[in-house]
Parts: sequence; structure tokens; C-alpha cells
Amino acid sequence: MTVQSEVGQADLAMEPSVGDFIQLMKPRVMTLVILTALAAMLAAPGHLHPVLGTIGIISIAIGAGASGALNMWYDADIDARMARTAARPLPRGRVTPEEALTFGGVLAVGSVLTLGVLVNWTAGALLGLTIAFYLFVYTMWLKRRTPHNIVIGGAAGAFPPMIGWAVATGDISLNSLLLFLIIFMWTPPHFWALALYRCRDYERVGVPMLPVVAGLHETRRQILFYSVLLVPLAIVPYFTGLGGIAYLVCTVALGIVFLGLAVRVYLTTEGREADAAARRLFWFSILYLYGLFAVLLVEATTSRLMA
Amino acid sequence: MSEEKTPQHLDPAAEKIRRRRSIAIALTLGFMVVAFYVATFVRLGGNVANGTL
Repeated sequence: MTVQSEVGQADLAMEPSVGDFIQLMKPRVMTLVILTALAAMLAAPGHLHPVLGTIGIISIAIGAGASGALNMWYDADIDARMARTAARPLPRGRVTPEEALTFGGVLAVGSVLTLGVLVNWTAGALLGLTIAFYLFVYTMWLKRRTPHNIVIGGAAGAFPPMIGWAVATGDISLNSLLLFLIIFMWTPPHFWALALYRCRDYERVGVPMLPVVAGLHETRRQILFYSVLLVPLAIVPYFTGLGGIAYLVCTVALGIVFLGLAVRVYLTTEGREADAAARRLFWFSILYLYGLFAVLLVEATTSRLMA
Repeated sequence: MSEEKTPQHLDPAAEKIRRRRSIAIALTLGFMVVAFYVATFVRLGGNVANGTL
């Protein structure tokens, strides 16, 4: 809190810019949300009018942005004390907590209502559930209390493909649950790889990330465990008919690299090499998920165009 | 006249930032209006001609 108020005072006189509000929406997370939702929406069966599809994706993106803003509002105190998050608009005093809360609240309500009224209420309800889950279950309840915070909280990040699917079909199917499960299993190795080399940051602010509570060895073991579950699971969409041959080839190739990096993280336990291995896995995990859903998107688009 | 239009407590830089923010809000609201208008037509489709008066 001290850091926040000290840093904040200098900039308080400044007007928050459009860019500050865009930053509140976590644009990088938003791009992944858009990609996963869009891929699921196009891979889903049935015909969807492009206008409704576009409105659906924009609503999901805005809903994700709302979650980000509400998360930054609630976490401003710890964000100010962590190197990775200290430059966010709230810790810097560019945006006041009230502005962030209002902004996030308006976007949350607006996006859910727009999706529900204009597209369908299954998708609208799922988006509302996602925002509520991310804010109340992950941010407010789990994040500061349990080392399993990101395992359960990861569900919020896994919902977008289900919402995208619901935009197209109006329901939930096994295939959409499968896409949910892939992101759900991907989240722990992704975040724990980050937590491994940002361990001291989390320790300082009292967030009980796994490396802080259970130690580095246990974290490496858990990363490997979830990676071993994730890689075969990511191949399943090929067998359910959701993905084609290109999806199979890419998923297997990316999966082998993912597993290789997870094994390296498990085996490299000392010095800068250990940090470097964790960092490599973190960045590759982003590429991995982008790769999976990008191929799914390309395949789905191609088959729709040829149909 | 110009002094009345520009509030004393805002410097030109802050004024510019506020103006951009207002434009962004206006564009967002405009987009919402268009989205609801077009989506209504898409959802009604040909059924708009079938309604009884």
C-alpha cells in the first residue's frame, strides 16, 4: 500500500488516457481469449450469421477485458509490489480504484447483456459465469489463500472456447468441454513456470503460489505431471473429429517440445539455468496454446469456406 | 469567450486526453447502437414481413 500511495501521488493529477483503460483490459490476455473463442465458434457445427458471430466475439473480448479490469481493481495493493505488475495503471496512479471498478463493472454488465440479448442466453450466461468466477472465486477467494489458486482459477481462462461454441450452437457439447479441459490443464504448467522464476515476488506479497508454499521441487514435479496430462489430451480433438490432420501433426510436434521443456524444468534445479528453463517453458506454453487454436481456426475456416 | 469554454483547472494536455476519452466513449456507444440495429434485422430476417398488425 505504501508503494502504491507514494507512486500514485505523483501521477494523480494526470487524466487517465484511453491507453490506460485499454491496459486495464489486459490486451495480451484478451488476444488469447479472442483466438480460443473464435476457433471454437468456427469449429462448432451449424450456420451462424457473420454479424452475430462478430458481435459474439466482441462481447466475449469485452467481457474478458472487464474481468481484467476488475482483477486489477482488487489486486492493486499486491500489483504495486511486484516487478511484473508494478507498471499497471492502478499502481502507477494513472487510474483510481473507483474508475477501474466502474469501468470493469460497466463492461461486465454490458458485455453479458449484449451477448445474451443479441446472440443467445447460453453464451451470455457462460460469459457472466466466467467473469464472476474470475473475480469472486479466483481473485477474491483463492488467489491469496491456496497454492491451488491457479488450478481452480484457471477454469475462468478455460471458459472462452465454451462461450464461443455456445455462440454458434446455443449449447454445450463434449467437444466444447474438451477445449475447456485443454486450457484447464494448460494453465498450471504455464503459470507455475512463471511462478518458478518470479517466486520471490510472490513470496514478498504473500500470494501462496505453489513454489512459495510447497517448494521448487514439488512445483517442478507438478509442472511435469500436468504437462503429461495436457499433451495427450490436446490430441483428442483429432479423434472426436474437431481437428483435422494438420491439427494432429501440429499438436504432436508442439506437444513433444512442450514435454521436452517440462522435463528440462524438472531436471534443471540449480542456478540461472533453472530460471532460464522455467522462462523458456513459460514462453513456449503461450506459443503452444496459440499454435493449437490457430491451427484449429485455420482448419475450421478452410472447411467452412469449402462447404 | 474562449476562457469560459476552457475550464481553468485543466491544462491543455489534460484537456486533450479528456477529449480523446470522450471520443472513445462516443465511438463505443455509436458502435453499440449500430450493433443492436443490425443484429435486430439479422435476427428478425424475413419474418419482419410476416408479423400481423
